[in-house]
Amino acid sequence: MKPQEFLLVAWESINRNKLRSLLTMLGIIIGVSSVIIMISISAGTEATISDQITSLGSNLVYVTSSMSRGGAMAMGPGGGSSGGLVYDDAFAIEDEISNVVGVVVEQGATDSVKSSEATLDDVEILGTTASFPSVRDVSVGNGRFFTEEEVERKSKVAVLGYDLAMELFGTTDVIGEVVTAGSTRLGIVGVLEEEGLKGDTDFDARLYTPVTVVFQKFVDNFFARIVGDSIRAVYVEIDPEADLDNTILQIELLLAKRHDVTLDEPDFSITTQGDIIETQESTTAAFRSLLGWVAGVSLIVGGIGIMNIMLVSVTERTREIGIRQSVGATPDDIRWQFLTEALLLSLVGGLIGVVAGIGGAVLFGAVSDMRTVIVPSAILLAFGSAAVVGAFFGYYPANKAAQLDPIEALRHE
Amino acid sequence: MSARSIIRIENLEKLYGMGEIQVRALDGVSLEIEEGEFVAVMGPSGSGKSTLMNIIGCLDRPSEGKYYLDNEDVSTKTKVELAHIRNRKLGFIFQSYNLLGRTSARENVTLPLMYNRDSEMTIEERKKKAEEALDLVGLADRIEHQPHELSGGQQQRVAIARALINNPVLILADEPTGNLDTRSGEEIMALLHNLHAQGRTIVMVTHDPEIAEHVERVISLRDGIIESDKQNGKQAVKELREGVHA
Repeated sequence: MKPQEFLLVAWESINRNKLRSLLTMLGIIIGVSSVIIMISISAGTEATISDQITSLGSNLVYVTSSMSRGGAMAMGPGGGSSGGLVYDDAFAIEDEISNVVGVVVEQGATDSVKSSEATLDDVEILGTTASFPSVRDVSVGNGRFFTEEEVERKSKVAVLGYDLAMELFGTTDVIGEVVTAGSTRLGIVGVLEEEGLKGDTDFDARLYTPVTVVFQKFVDNFFARIVGDSIRAVYVEIDPEADLDNTILQIELLLAKRHDVTLDEPDFSITTQGDIIETQESTTAAFRSLLGWVAGVSLIVGGIGIMNIMLVSVTERTREIGIRQSVGATPDDIRWQFLTEALLLSLVGGLIGVVAGIGGAVLFGAVSDMRTVIVPSAILLAFGSAAVVGAFFGYYPANKAAQLDPIEALRHE
Repeated sequence: MSARSIIRIENLEKLYGMGEIQVRALDGVSLEIEEGEFVAVMGPSGSGKSTLMNIIGCLDRPSEGKYYLDNEDVSTKTKVELAHIRNRKLGFIFQSYNLLGRTSARENVTLPLMYNRDSEMTIEERKKKAEEALDLVGLADRIEHQPHELSGGQQQRVAIARALINNPVLILADEPTGNLDTRSGEEIMALLHNLHAQGRTIVMVTHDPEIAEHVERVISLRDGIIESDKQNGKQAVKELREGVHA
């Protein structure tokens, strides 16, 4: 037989049992479409993460207090000299380490914020320093950010996040207005541009005020007078040209000396963007390999479905096989006939799966918060896997058909 | 000058192993059939006639002995070679027609052409040839009909057209009228006699003495050996009926 005749015979056989063929293909359809949807979701997630990381800047390191030597507990009475990061550490880093471009400290509190129009509870009040916009890469839309002088003088000024301004006033045109955070009246000097989420941080919902104001008004700490004003984090922007690892080591040595701890047991930790990228990449890689397994299993289940139906089909069509053998079909002819049918089933199923997968990925991207990216190589991979599954699981039934004895086959009822 | 030999069988034996017991289905059969003969093979069930027909039809191989089909030794051929021989040299007509269901008469008749490796015919040429073959058996107006839309006699005629399509040297008919009413059976026999008149070689298995009567040569088997081989159908049947053995 000519190849196109094998195809024609296989197609007619599939067409003759439409419902059965469709049900047989279902496993492959689900397998292929889930491969495509899952890979597009994971590609979308990766793209989102990498966008976020780019927006954060890669030459930023993040110094936080670590609790290994008591940390917050050490702040209590008799807690000793070590109290994690303090405000002066930030200045030390900025002054003593050459490759540091900018330093921002953060210390937060949560309090209610009241405007002439509205009152909001549980607003994050972030105390920071003047270089916050440049180090954290945010822009001021209206007005300005507060200055170093204002930080030093503990000026009662505030910069609002975009959403916060909209919620408090319904507009961003609020320079010169006054808000009351807790019991402190703050004059608004600026409103940030709409920044959205960066990493896990919502820049738009916060109120920014000089960190000195936060020390004084919001985290009034008795022990601060002894050990210095404690801070949550220091963001250090490093010269992109500089050796990052070396600079980090310098920061570590400096802080260890200032805190009187060894590098083996530091009371702070330093995280780079690279660390964050690695963590997130390993998370998505684990996610992806899990999805790969799920998709692989469903393709195998689909293949078993094809094998099952092909075996039923060989049994049902034993007489047909006998007739074909009697008019001169060789074992190879019979093998190819059934293999073509299994392949065609899986390829048609694969094709439907590709269409369903692309449609599903687009639909999923449209209705959910998650981004999806169609990956062409994933389509090829899924379709190729379907073909391999068809050939693999189709071979056994086809071979069984080929080995039938013509006399037995002709006698079969 | 002697006619061309189509079948030459020498001391054919066929054993079936059934555990400890071995069944000797054919126990030394020798036979020669020449071109243009119309031979009926008779015999009770268990006589070995099915086994003989299977071997003649190249569906099975003998345990011992030689079988020359069209002067070619086919007793030692492989499965694949036997398939090619069935395709090119043999045409089968079965009691139950054995047409492919849900497949048109034309496609059924085309089937042996599809498995013919030597054929250079295009799909269009095959279609045309199948239509001509159906015309020859009087089914020109049933080309697109499927088996379930045809009467038994019509189905058997499709089967005959299929058997003829590769121009075989031998037609094997296994109880061709067994499933048919008298009238349809007569029509099919007329068709076979017509083919015989055109010079075709036909070997037919039958139970029906009335049918065997009209055939020029009757071979009767019993217990795996040839019981009788008569050149006159009427005489042969008469003797068989009377239980007179040569």
